[in-house]
Amino acid sequence: MRLRPCGDVGVLVELDDLEAVLALHAELAERPLPGVVELVPATRTLLVRLDPRRTSVGAVSQALQGVRPRTRERPDARELVEIPVVYDGRDLEEAGRVTGLGPGGVVAAHTGQTWTVAFTGFAPGFGYLVGEDDRLHVPRRAEPRSHVPAGAVGLAGRFSGVYPRASPGGWQLIGRTDRVLWDVDRDPPALLAPGTGVRFVEAG
Amino acid sequence: MSAGLEVLATGPLSTVQDLGRPGHAHWGVSWSGAADRSSLRLANRLVGNPEDAAAVEVTLGGLRVRPDADVVVAVTGAVGALTVAGRPEGGNAAVHVAAGREIVIAPPRAGLRSYLAVHGGVDVAPVLGSRSTDLLADIGPPVLEPGDRLVVADAAVHHPVLGVAPVPGPVAGPVTLRVVLGPRDDWFTEAAVAALLAGPWEADPDSNRIGLRLAGPALEREIPEELPSEGMVRGSLQVPPSGPPTILLADHPVTGGYPVIAVVLAPDVDLAAQVRPGQTVRLTVVGQR
Repeated sequence: MRLRPCGDVGVLVELDDLEAVLALHAELAERPLPGVVELVPATRTLLVRLDPRRTSVGAVSQALQGVRPRTRERPDARELVEIPVVYDGRDLEEAGRVTGLGPGGVVAAHTGQTWTVAFTGFAPGFGYLVGEDDRLHVPRRAEPRSHVPAGAVGLAGRFSGVYPRASPGGWQLIGRTDRVLWDVDRDPPALLAPGTGVRFVEAG
Repeated sequence: MSAGLEVLATGPLSTVQDLGRPGHAHWGVSWSGAADRSSLRLANRLVGNPEDAAAVEVTLGGLRVRPDADVVVAVTGAVGALTVAGRPEGGNAAVHVAAGREIVIAPPRAGLRSYLAVHGGVDVAPVLGSRSTDLLADIGPPVLEPGDRLVVADAAVHHPVLGVAPVPGPVAGPVTLRVVLGPRDDWFTEAAVAALLAGPWEADPDSNRIGLRLAGPALEREIPEELPSEGMVRGSLQVPPSGPPTILLADHPVTGGYPVIAVVLAPDVDLAAQVRPGQTVRLTVVGQR
């Protein structure tokens, strides 16, 4: 792992792949380092945020060198979140063409694999999902849309995702869901958190 | 019934803020909280509150409130002329205000954000453990409007209040911010790092609680690829491929896809939160710790 200081308040850890990130995240969540206040996983990095009044970048960096992350298991089938999707997205045809699978093949590939929440961060409740293979890798739209409706299900790069609320967006839209991704009054408010497994199910 | 503050005017933007809601990054929820954290803390200490009590963050002055009971308040940060029932009062001081007397915070001559704390704290329903308004994620109490009534919580203990705290206020001239290079300084050329530290930088009017945008020299990239999104800290100086670099403030999103060339030290982010559009900003490197 490679460590990069973030001012006086964080250490950015660079790792080989998402599995390594989730393994380190799980280890640090279970055995917290003193003075660490937050962990932010991403595709290949883990940001370790610290309280500069309790510890320092140097001390946390040194402690990280000694951490031995556990091996991350695949998400347990019992922990899977099911998301029903109506596959009528505006970009479904285009995704079918780019992947060579055709629209029906895109649906089959999307529903036929387990997705894992790699990280969140674009907006409350938004999770970047990675699949088991690369059949559905598609580029982002060259020009983002100014309005993507809440519940839109999309693809971009190696990720799939669901928009928790309407916003601008550049993902290829393949469908829509009624499931509520973010509800501040619910417990927990977010349906998806890093490490959660997801299965999409064709609805309607 | 609890005491309350009737909001008569709000200026350009007034919101309820405390020290924010850390620890929810896994749900994509930002820390939020007061943009100038040290000023919020001071205001609370002056009125005998816990440091993380909720107060009002006022942008460019213009707040007018009227208590319906006797209260103790303090105004810190960018203090414009403070008057109570038309009489001048000091900023950075505990002020006793009788019921019905109007409190007015005029636009400041220097700095951007001021904090009105009241003994007992502002009592609105917390969301995810905090009373802060996050304008990016739309979490927390709504932006204040004339006609709102802010409930003041009953204070369990009435402390004798300290009179005055002499602290330097925000300056109108150039502001120097200390930075540590990285985490992605190697995504930029050496000339870019030199340009970063030479500046000069000017605060862009299109700044807000999400970030302070800086107009200045172009920062040339060494690595042209797109950066996969990664976690970011408050104070990060994010550099998009086109458009002004931005120092991330309280409501910044949890992750970002633009490389961060340097991070402003935590205490100096409070200074960044007081920079006004058009003001000159200089960046100076400090060693790693």
